[in-house]
Amino acid sequence: MNASSPLLQVRGVSKTLGGRAILHDVSITVDPGDLKVLIGPSGAGKSTFLQCINRLIAPDEGEILLNGMPIDGSSTAELCRLRQEVGMIFQDFNLFDHLTAEANVALALRKVRGLSSDNAGKRARKELERVGLASRAGLYPAQLSGGQKQRVAIARALAMEPKVLLLDEPTSALDPELVGEVLAVIRDLAAGGMPMIMATHQMDFARSLATEILFMEQGRIIEQGSPADLLATGANTRTRDFCSRLIASESGKAGA
Amino acid sequence: MLECIDFAFLADRVIPALNRGLDVSLRLIIPAALIGGALGVFTGVTRVFGPRWARRLADAAVAVIRGVPLTVQLMILYFGLPNVPYLRIDLEPFTAALAGFIFCTGAYQSEYVRGALLSIRQGQIRAGQALGMTKLQIITSIVVPQAVRRALPGCGNEVIYLIKYSSLAYIITCIELTGRAKTLISQTYRPTEVYLTAALYYLAMVTLATWLLNWLERKLAIPGFGKNNT
Repeated sequence: MNASSPLLQVRGVSKTLGGRAILHDVSITVDPGDLKVLIGPSGAGKSTFLQCINRLIAPDEGEILLNGMPIDGSSTAELCRLRQEVGMIFQDFNLFDHLTAEANVALALRKVRGLSSDNAGKRARKELERVGLASRAGLYPAQLSGGQKQRVAIARALAMEPKVLLLDEPTSALDPELVGEVLAVIRDLAAGGMPMIMATHQMDFARSLATEILFMEQGRIIEQGSPADLLATGANTRTRDFCSRLIASESGKAGA
Repeated sequence: MLECIDFAFLADRVIPALNRGLDVSLRLIIPAALIGGALGVFTGVTRVFGPRWARRLADAAVAVIRGVPLTVQLMILYFGLPNVPYLRIDLEPFTAALAGFIFCTGAYQSEYVRGALLSIRQGQIRAGQALGMTKLQIITSIVVPQAVRRALPGCGNEVIYLIKYSSLAYIITCIELTGRAKTLISQTYRPTEVYLTAALYYLAMVTLATWLLNWLERKLAIPGFGKNNT
């Protein structure tokens, strides 16, 4: 480990799927306390990029360095280690349908960390308490609301004590009234200094909490900077343009 | 109507003979259902998640077993294998029948399991990977427990078929329930009582199996699981 190297460094990631370039030379650096927000139209490659970072999708080119150490993904053991240190939250939660909330959190603690059932259960209940779901530990995914499911998914990722958290549009599948409870949990994490990369369309959230906004389009990062710079009134940026259209379509929907 | 049934004959001859046959039938059906079920899960998992060569091999084995009549398979196991040069596998009638039923039921069960495995949402597999779980851990603790629950109604159906096709064992001289019935008829020439009683025995086994399977489905049920999962 090198004290001067960034926590997570992703350099020059490219990916072609089915003859179509999805990502083109995309890079990002995450330091302790960072909350990097990826925005951009759907199909921009945000989700693919996030999945390349923990190598759920193998990038064609580029490198991923964790604490300055390159992870090449050729060995399964190394991949599993990378994924334990880089947690992931999905748009559609992906809870294990056959397990209770507690067992969802405990499973990887037992299987990957080798904790006993007792200790894994205790640990799982603690994580659920952290996301305000202690009283729901015994319920199955089908018995939880969307917001609760996403909070269980966050607890499940946090239980592995990741150094970085990747969030792939964590509130996009939620009913509007449930978005707030999930954002509140993410806000707490940010306040606690958890480094995160988050793809989202929640512009108010990005504006108030992001340390940097990266605007992606057609597989490239075409703008990046602080929310103040990119979203300032009168700033002639693609980001601002996209956001105002996003807000216009949102209020249009609300009015309809 | 009941005058045509000779209750003394039933009690003295039919029931004792068929009970001996039932004993053999159960010793065929129960292990075949259990071992065949396990084989079906293993084969189903191999056909979906195995390396390419194993998938090919398992697909081919299932295609052969599903494509050849069970009667012919039993004949091959019992009459055919002893004549294969160098191998000369000489099976007892009971062993040959049991092996035939295990392969047959395993092949059909693997088809139900395969379908259920393919229905598990890919997202859960990615979630397991994202937590650092290995492929084997994901299969054994996420995919299979869900797939078994999804496959259970189909697998239960296969168990009911198994109970009935176990009656083919007598053609390779493994004298189970149907075999006993035939033997008794050739001694007494009273097919009506004997076959009707045998039919009731099968009906009772199928009913019992149906209860057991329903009980198992209820026991393994998970709130909301399997009902229009999103």
